Amino acid sequence: MALARRGGIGRYYNVNGWLFVAPALGLIALFMIYPIVWSLWMSFQSGRGMMLKFAGFANIVRLWNDPVFIKALTNTLTYFVVQVPIMILLALILASLLNNPKLVGRGFFRTAIFLPCVTSLVAYSVLFKGMFALDGIVNSTLEAIGLIASPIPWLTHPFWAKTLVIIAITWRWTGYNMIFYLAAMQNIDKSIYEVARIDGVPAWARFTHITIPLLKPVILFTTIISTIGTIQLFDEVYNLTEGKGGPSNATLTLSLYIYNLTFRFMPNFGYAATVSYVIVVLVALLACLQFFAARERDR
Amino acid sequence: MSNGTTRIAGTIITYGFVGLMAFLSIFPFVWMLLGATNSSIDIIKGRMMPGSALATNIATFFTQVNAPLVFWNSAKIAILATVLTLAVSSLAGYGFEMFRSRHRDRIYSAMLITMMIPFAALMIPLFIMMGKAGLINTHIAVVLPTIGSAFIVFYFRQTTKAFPSELRDAAKVDGLKEWQIFLFIYVPVMRSTYAAAFIIVFMTAWNNYLWPLIVLQSNEQKTITLVISSLASAYYPDYGVVMVGTILATLPTLAVFFFMQRQFVQGMLGSVK
Repeated sequence: MALARRGGIGRYYNVNGWLFVAPALGLIALFMIYPIVWSLWMSFQSGRGMMLKFAGFANIVRLWNDPVFIKALTNTLTYFVVQVPIMILLALILASLLNNPKLVGRGFFRTAIFLPCVTSLVAYSVLFKGMFALDGIVNSTLEAIGLIASPIPWLTHPFWAKTLVIIAITWRWTGYNMIFYLAAMQNIDKSIYEVARIDGVPAWARFTHITIPLLKPVILFTTIISTIGTIQLFDEVYNLTEGKGGPSNATLTLSLYIYNLTFRFMPNFGYAATVSYVIVVLVALLACLQFFAARERDR
Repeated sequence: MSNGTTRIAGTIITYGFVGLMAFLSIFPFVWMLLGATNSSIDIIKGRMMPGSALATNIATFFTQVNAPLVFWNSAKIAILATVLTLAVSSLAGYGFEMFRSRHRDRIYSAMLITMMIPFAALMIPLFIMMGKAGLINTHIAVVLPTIGSAFIVFYFRQTTKAFPSELRDAAKVDGLKEWQIFLFIYVPVMRSTYAAAFIIVFMTAWNNYLWPLIVLQSNEQKTITLVISSLASAYYPDYGVVMVGTILATLPTLAVFFFMQRQFVQGMLGSVK
């Protein structure tokens, strides 16, 4: 190693490298590392607004006795547990169907399914809020085709409000994940499928025994990205449920709760920082878990 | 069931499923476009035909919202953020790939871990920082924290691996300095990488919501995303007007996507490899 570094490429060793990376590292240090450390320090403080005093573990104790926090945490985890698997599976199925070169119009289908990713989270939330209104187009269509007898209170019933958030984020992000899978599928040797087909392996088995194992690194990547996204959910919930977090906090997420604690209620930066660290821990924990789960299965 | 029948059934299910998904994906866009031509009452009733209220909706939108200013605010923020992010990240991507030095890999890994830091955990310290710097309610405050992006640095480093080192060596022999090699050789050669990164960063910046919501307080500074959000949260939102707003908010990213679809998809693919 040391030898290789000194010879060959080692001749590029000079101060120029640091000059090139310095602006990016400086900005990341100033606007990511410094705030995240500060926020850890803040989570041990309490008080109103800027009048913070050291409070030890008082904020962490408060978490356990805060029903709104428990609600936000449960909601966030519910979105994650329900939505991420549905979306990943849906994206995988769509990608493998659209990867078939014999499929007529696959360019159109790909673009159509990818299109939602181009819209802003706010714009589509606003559209969905209108479409899923009590007398909106979704209810009237479902009634017209006889699927439901009375309109579903999408925005005002705790269960349906959560369902709506899940439908909305699935609509927005499935195509995004699909593109990653399509890209990875292009790299799979087609002859593997040919051999399997000749051996009489049915399509579903080809999907579960060839496609999914070969795509595992990409699936891991998208799962982690989606996990981070879902745990941070804010824009959709804020705009679908008018910033309140839905009927009796049914759609409240951790991010929205932090926003409320900081900018809506009497500001308590210390406690809000503590809640924000719950997100940090969750993201780290889930990413590690998924990483190790994927590794275990490799053995 | 014979083999032939199974295949036909499979084909029907495939097209049915893919078609339904495509329909569901496009439907909100159609609803938005038709909605802009209808009155709020007709939209709620679920009228799915072009109406005659387009002019009224546009007129109402322009009286309620200072559209040129709001649009300009969004464009200014998005373009500023994109140009600065691309400059800073491509320099870093080039630096990380081209220069060997001690601790380089460790620092790079540490930088990549920052991708996992959720924004919610940063917003309070960032808000206080901006307050102390006197930047609250300015566009600089919106742009500043977004420029250093580990993800875009990662993307540039990955694609720099494909940059032919012979070009760099030849330039060195010709006596070019590192910054000249970067500016006059690397940047032109890597323009498709820049194009893809442009789209990704532009879309993120244009669509950004939470941070501008916190930082931008006066109406003169607000972006189009903030404005449609507040239009739609009225007690009785005028959906026709909201549609005009959502179209205006979606149009730039939609246009960027359609004109640069190829680079966009390649840009996404580049980040997987």
